[in-house]
Amino acid sequence: MSSASSVKAHLEILPRGLQVALALGLAALVAFPFVGSDFYTQVVTRMMIMAIFAMSLDLLQGVTGLVSLGHAAYFGVAGYALAFMTPQGEPVSLWWTLPLSVLAAAAAALVIGFFVVRTHGIYFIMVTMAFAQMVYYLFFDNKVLGGSDGLYINFKPDASIFGWTPFDLDDKRTLYYATLLAMLAVYAFLRRLLWSPFGRTLSGIRVNEHRMRAMGYGSFGYKLAAFTLAGGLAGLAGFLWGVQTGYINPELMGFHMSAHVIMMVILGGMGNFAGAIVGAFAFEILLSLFKDLPTIGSVALGKHWQLWMGLFIVAVVTFAPRGLLGLAERVMRRREVSK
Amino acid sequence: MSNASNGTSAEVLLSARQLTKRFGGLAAVNNVSLDLWRSRIHAVIGPNGAGKSTLTHLLSGDLPPTSGTVALAGRDVTGWKPEKISRQGLGRSYQKTNIFLPCSVWDNVHLAAQSRAQHPARWLRRASSFAPTRERAERAIELAGLTQRRDSIAGTISHGEQRQLEIAMSLATDPVVLLLDEPLAGMGVAEAERMVELLLRLKPHHAMLLVEHDMDAVFALADHLTVMVNGNVIASDSPQAVRADASVQAAYLGEEADSH
Repeated sequence: MSSASSVKAHLEILPRGLQVALALGLAALVAFPFVGSDFYTQVVTRMMIMAIFAMSLDLLQGVTGLVSLGHAAYFGVAGYALAFMTPQGEPVSLWWTLPLSVLAAAAAALVIGFFVVRTHGIYFIMVTMAFAQMVYYLFFDNKVLGGSDGLYINFKPDASIFGWTPFDLDDKRTLYYATLLAMLAVYAFLRRLLWSPFGRTLSGIRVNEHRMRAMGYGSFGYKLAAFTLAGGLAGLAGFLWGVQTGYINPELMGFHMSAHVIMMVILGGMGNFAGAIVGAFAFEILLSLFKDLPTIGSVALGKHWQLWMGLFIVAVVTFAPRGLLGLAERVMRRREVSK
Repeated sequence: MSNASNGTSAEVLLSARQLTKRFGGLAAVNNVSLDLWRSRIHAVIGPNGAGKSTLTHLLSGDLPPTSGTVALAGRDVTGWKPEKISRQGLGRSYQKTNIFLPCSVWDNVHLAAQSRAQHPARWLRRASSFAPTRERAERAIELAGLTQRRDSIAGTISHGEQRQLEIAMSLATDPVVLLLDEPLAGMGVAEAERMVELLLRLKPHHAMLLVEHDMDAVFALADHLTVMVNGNVIASDSPQAVRADASVQAAYLGEEADSH
């Protein structure tokens, strides 16, 4: 009824057809470890981690209208936090490293956000990038922080509570399901948030910040809260990345990582979080497809994957500005009409 | 003149003193003082570029004044940000329609109403589940005469309805002072008549500043009339007195408009 109309361009309300498709996708994810090899289970785990990362950015980019070109910084900070907390010779408890890593990322976002959310448009993009580069070089140039080589996380966090171990993250399948659960929890949380007064306010700031202020909304506080929350959720993804790969380096907070996650959100479709998930999966799949392109004559097509990816993104933005999810919605609607 | 009361009377809800706004060497608003009284409409007229819109921006906090003061509901709000002034009880509409175009009429007004909720920052409950906010939005839509358009997308309703929506959004924030910047601009006769009726309905409970070009509407509505030319007030009196004023006639006849 009332809000069915609101901001249709962002597919805030997912049509029934898409909901069914997403549910099927979820079923496939639940079943995957039973059919896929260990290797591919790890690959999909990584995709789900990127999906969490992309959803965290979508809160800024798609919902609030803040395009951050430095979102990888918070992803990386949480990974580093885990690396610093994990001793050389033994595992550390999951139950305090997880919240502390997420808090570290959120705290970094709070401090940086305090400065950046005052800016608008192109300045916001530049300042977020500048801060992320500062964080990048802070870690890159400091031997104490691992330097350019990064840090190893020798042991995955230990999930035991008073001697009882509910699950073991060393098991690839367990880590897969833990990541899936985290992704679903983040999705459910953000979808709920989208329709809460806070979410409606962020959405209003995207559409018309000036009017929001004239109606009494202090947009600074709301944007800072969104920035901090997005940083914390990026931190959750970064933490899981550290757990999975056991290795953290400055590239994780680098410019490329930040740009990739923006592309994921655009690719899938902004402002509804499901698009971010779809975009993350699509991006990772395309990435490996393009990297595996054959060498024809003296031209190694696979080496130039960035070119193909760039062309693909341009095509999506041009022909399907609402991303893959928007494209799917259009196709489904046409089918319904022609029936 | 109304400012004889010195701005301290309980009836005066907004009081501006010697407001000046300079853009470089240009004084867009020069030394303007005015009082807005509850259940009175104070109209501001003047040719294009007279500084009328700038004056509303100074009162609402959209622009900080170069000098001068603004008091709203008994508090000095000079230099406050627009969101704080809004919360202090000021609602406004804009000369250029300023709404959430891709959203429904209901969503526009509901968002405005939500700004006055006890917990506007709640994260997990549905925004539509807060009854007081819903009721406030419902009342504002009804008062502005938009009940029929409740579920239409704001970008698709008529220009006149968009102007009504602007006012509905202001009303949903429960303001005591309303600043209306050319609410009748671009309206047809029937739409303008409806808007005049709406403003008369709002009059008893609000102090209103009305910037308007439509002289019929101004004389039908205004209790007090201020004439601005080139940033200066050249007359401020009852509509009848202003109508008889020679310098005002000069300004509107297009002759050399001198403020003295």
